[in-house]
Formats: sequence, C-alpha cells, structure tokens
Amino acid sequence: MKTITEKRTVNKTVICLMVENQPNVLARISSLVGRRSFNISTITASETNIAGITKITLVVNGDDENVLYQIIAQMEKLEHVREAYVLQDTNSLYRELLLVKIKASQRERSALHEMTEIYRGKVVGLNKESMIIELTGSPKKIDGFMSMLEDYDIIEVSRTGVTGMSRDSSEEKHLTGI
Amino acid sequence: MKKTGAQLILEILMEHGVDTVFGYPGGAALNVYDALYEYQDRIKHILTAHEQGASHAADGYARATGKTGVVFATSGPGATNLVTGIATAYMDSIPMVAITSNVTNNLIGRDAFQEIYITGITMPITKHNFFVNRIEDLADAMRQAFRIAQSGRKGPVLVDVTKDVTAALTEYVPQEPLPLKEMPKASDKELQQVAEAINQANCPVIYCGGGTASRQAEKELHDLMETADIPAAYTMMAAGMVPYNDERCLGMIGMHGSVTANEALFHADLVLALGTRFSDRVALNIEKFSPGAVKIQVDIDPCEINKNVPVDQYIVGDVKDFLERLLPLIEKKKHPEWRSRIAGWQEQQEKVAYHGEGLHPGRLIRDVCDMVDKETIYVTDVGQHQMWAAQYVKHQETRHFLTSGGLGTMGYGYGAAIGAQAAFPEKRIVHFTGDASFHMNLNEACTAVSQEMPIITIIFNNQVLGMVYQWQTAFYGRRYAATTPERKTDFVKVIEGFGGKGFHVDTEEGFKEAFKQAMQETGPVWICCDIDREIKVLPMIPNGGTVDDMILE
Repeated sequence: MKTITEKRTVNKTVICLMVENQPNVLARISSLVGRRSFNISTITASETNIAGITKITLVVNGDDENVLYQIIAQMEKLEHVREAYVLQDTNSLYRELLLVKIKASQRERSALHEMTEIYRGKVVGLNKESMIIELTGSPKKIDGFMSMLEDYDIIEVSRTGVTGMSRDSSEEKHLTGI
Repeated sequence: MKKTGAQLILEILMEHGVDTVFGYPGGAALNVYDALYEYQDRIKHILTAHEQGASHAADGYARATGKTGVVFATSGPGATNLVTGIATAYMDSIPMVAITSNVTNNLIGRDAFQEIYITGITMPITKHNFFVNRIEDLADAMRQAFRIAQSGRKGPVLVDVTKDVTAALTEYVPQEPLPLKEMPKASDKELQQVAEAINQANCPVIYCGGGTASRQAEKELHDLMETADIPAAYTMMAAGMVPYNDERCLGMIGMHGSVTANEALFHADLVLALGTRFSDRVALNIEKFSPGAVKIQVDIDPCEINKNVPVDQYIVGDVKDFLERLLPLIEKKKHPEWRSRIAGWQEQQEKVAYHGEGLHPGRLIRDVCDMVDKETIYVTDVGQHQMWAAQYVKHQETRHFLTSGGLGTMGYGYGAAIGAQAAFPEKRIVHFTGDASFHMNLNEACTAVSQEMPIITIIFNNQVLGMVYQWQTAFYGRRYAATTPERKTDFVKVIEGFGGKGFHVDTEEGFKEAFKQAMQETGPVWICCDIDREIKVLPMIPNGGTVDDMILE
C-alpha cells in the first residue's frame, strides 16, 4: 500500500458533468469512458440543490486539448447529460476526503497526532494497535500528508476522489430541475 | 381510452407512420405479438428466420426510405441476436427503434429464463436506450425513442419493456410525434470564410460522406459543384450522391477508391469535407491526408470534428442548410488546369483492368446495371464483392446502395434486401454477395420465399473468404489460414430447397441469360457465378499508405 505516494507525473484535468439523475446514468458514463478509452483517474457523483440533477466530477489523466474536447463532446451527446465543462485550474477549488488507518503503537501515537494537527486533520478512530485519521483538502494536500506517512505502516486507505467547483460566481450554471 | 402496454406500443408506432415492422416472437413478447395480431390490418409484421435478419431488415428499410426502421424481439437470445444489427446501424448512423420484451419485473435481476440485461449490452451501440418497467413510463420512452433516432446524427435506440408492462392497462392519449432536436446551423461569418476559401482555391475537391446522403443534399451539392467547378469524391456511405456520369464525379475515395478520387484528394489545395468523419478506410495515413490542402469540415456531430484528421476550419451544423446558404456567396468559376490533371488520373483509373480468368465481378455488375431500371436498389454483404459493387455499380441516387460501411457486417445483405423490398414492393432489389458472406445469413431465403419477394441474389463464388484471402496473398506470404474452407455448397440446390429458384453460371452470356430469366420470377432467385479466387479488389492503398503506395495490378 505504500505506492500511493508515487509522484504524479501526468497533468490532470477536472471535468464536471451535470446529469439527470436517471437509472443507469453512471453506467452510461462509465460505458462511454470504457468505449472511448478515456483515461480517468477518479469519478465522484452526488446530488445537487437542483431537483433531479446530479453532479459528476471526473478527473482525467492528461490535458491534451483534443482529448478533452472529445470527452466533453461525447459526454454531451448522452441524453442524460445536461452539460459538461472543464474546471479551469487557476480559478477552481478542489477538495477530497481521506480516511487512513495506520498501525500505531502507543509510542507512535503522539507523533501521528501532531502531524494530523499540522494538516488540520482529525483522529476519528483509535484502538490499541491502530488509529484512523480523517483529512479534507486539495488533492495536493492529501498527497503531501500521505507522503508524510511513508514511514508508517498503513493498514488501509480510502479517498473519496475529487470534487470541485469554480470560484467565479458569474459562471454559475442555471439548470432547471426535472 | 384504455389500452394495454402492448397496444400502446403499436399505437405509438402508428403515430410515427410505421406500417411495417420486422421481428421474431417469443415468451416474453407474447403480449406484444398478441397485439400485433389485432393490429395486423394496420401494421405489417415480417417474420424473419433469425432476429439478426430482422434487425438488418429494419436497417435496410430505413436506409432505403429514410424512415425509422422498427424491429421486435423477445428477451434473452432474441434480444442478443439483435446486437450485430443494432451495431451495424449505429456505425452507419441509421435511424432504428428496436423494441425488446423482457421478463416480468419481479423476475428482473434473478437470472430468470431468457432474461438478459440488454440495455447494458447495447449501451455503447445505441444513441440511447430505455428500460421500461412501469406502464406510466412506456409512452414517453417510445416517443422519445423515435425523436432520438431521427434527431441530429441519426442512429438506433432500444426500448426494453418488461412483460408485465406490456399487459398492464393504461390510458392512451394520442399525440403528435415529438419535434426533432433542433440542428445547429453555420453562422453567416463561417459561411463567408468558407466561401472565401472556395473562391480562392485553384484545386478544390469536395469529399462527401454519409451525412450528405442522410440529408439528401444532392441538389445543393450539385449546384455548388457546378457553380464553382468543384469535382467531388464520395465515401462508400455516400454512393449515389454524385451520379456516376456527372463530369465532376471523381468516384469513391479510400482504400479501394478510384485512382481519380484518391489522387485528386491528395493533390488538392482545398478539401471541403461534408458530413464525413475521415474514417481509417478513407484517411489511410492521417498525417499525409491531403497534405497540401486547406481542410474544411462540416458535420452535425461535434465529436467528429478533428477526431481523426485535424482540419483548418470546421462547422458543426446541418450540411444541407450549409450548402443552401453557401451557394449565393460562391463565385462562378472554372478550373480548366485542375480538371485536366484530373482527366489524366481518370485515364489511369480506366486502365485498372479486369484481371483473372473467366467471369469478372466488375463486368457482371456492369451487365446488371445495364439490364435493370434506374429505380433498382443494390444491396451488398461485406468483402470483395462489396468493394466491387461499390466501384462498379452505376450509382445515380442515394438510398439505392445499401451496405454496411462502418461495422463491415458480413451477413448484412439478405436481411437488408428484405427490408428494402418490404419498403418498395414494386422496385427491383439486387443483392450482391460472396459465398462466405452469404453462408452467414442465407437462411433468410425462407423469409423471401414466404413474403414472395423477387430479390435477385448474385453470389460471386470464389470458394474462399475473398477479402482476407487477398490480404493473406498480399501481406502474409500466401499463408491461407482459415480462408479456403473447401465447402461443397450447391447454391442452386439450397435455394430450391427453400422454395426459390437458382442458376449456376460460368460464362458472361450465361449470366445475362440467367439474370433476364430471374427478372421474370415472383420469388427469390440466386445466381451463383464461379469466380477465380485470384481476382483482387483494385486499386488498393494499404493501411498507412498514400497514393504513392497505390496497388494497381
């Protein structure tokens, strides 16, 4: 499990999809990703404030303009996709949640606790052999924290994948519910 | 008024002007077929030997008419047997609605008898599909299916309905078909830019594809060709867009396209690509496709822009509207120098002789064209015979050459021919096939016999899997792996066994005589022609090649 901290060499791009919350909508998107061999690293989905609309965030490995254009155009052809757009790095917020379970003897606990404090994480589980830490932040911050844990014995890692939004209020999307 | 789900399906078909459907019944489809029995005076159902044949028939019907083809199948194997037909339609953007029945809703997900997740299976080969397990969703799903199939870039849609829904009662309220999605249009500025490029070009070429045929933009295309003196090449999907005897017709482009079309495209200074996607059978070498040309692409599907070959300018929009509005901006022009270079290539093309001993398919195809009328619809399977047909048929109109281009489905032809004949009982249908393709779906002869369809099938029998054999000859040192099956099929006996008529010919005179007799028959006729297996499809540009690599003999 220690390979997590490998350096990211590929540029990543975040794409948002606003989709109708219909049965199979995730399957359709996954099917398209598979069919077109799009290189996706994470995918998250959640309901929005708009009735019947789900927001899906895709993190794409790569930033080739033609590839991104294809992904957006292909996604927009799906009946249930209302819109698809790239989040501009310079103007967007990305967040991810991490849960990590670490083998921690009594001696190691305080050092781990201190590190968690610095990263503004939380210890959310504890027993004699291990502790569970929760951390929210940008993927970069999570990666940084994970690299700090390299010397520890990690039992399990769970990351939610990236969700994001533009900071710009004028770019707000005006979708109507269904 | 109250209707069952099954009746509702048929009512909605009628709302969309559907009077002919193809299919095959089964357990889960019993309610639907019971309704078809009731509606038989309004909707004609044609039973095929196999669901694949039905799906190709719906496809052939759609290609010949432009209307949406409709196919029914039951759950499980009935549904999976449609898959090749749906994929064929998808790859060639053919409007089709496939209606499958599934097991009752309380059995879904339990691996019930003949249960299959057909919406999952067909996700990547449909524009959209619906799983309907509530009667209140049925009408909308059906109407949406027709709207989606015909909107923008056309294609197949599947509606899977559980058996309980087909039995459930609901209120039926008749409705007009939903309006199609609006097509984007070229802006005036874009048109200006294109017109400028055309007006400045010295060696312009139009390269038109299936999108122009689908929109039936023949007249608009012809007007542009004439005004600006632009020669045009077509892809196989647009056969008929430019009549064979038009002085500016370059012929088919691509791997087995004409010398004229490929040379002209290669040397052009402007390429206007209309309703086409630079497929790998046309743009054999992406880097060297029309290397010196300004490339302009017009297509309704934004995904096709820059997908295969990068272009200098593109327009996402309706090609027919584009051509209509472009014409007034185009200067009358002549390109005598360019035309005379093209005439030189045309001479080379004419030297691509008929090689090999005995009967040559190209000559037989020309003979057929001389014996039938202009309304004749040609249908092919896939392989060498398909290329010969594409090359030698005297194409005059779109919707008269039905062939599986994108998917390249061997076994497509007979079903498609049945679909075309169902659409046009008065028209002559000629089906060209090879012995290998025909072995895949010749079982549909029983359908042609029971429907009394006088489809003439011409089998170019070279006793090998010809196209693969040709590649093994050219690129694999004549190592004929699985292409020389030594079959002993007697096609004349086979069709006689089905109740049709057969001829076996080995001379051109014999062929003509047989064809004349075939035209008098009221049921299907097969004419089996012995062909030398060494006859190649020529010209040929290998994958990755350009006109410099063109094989002429």
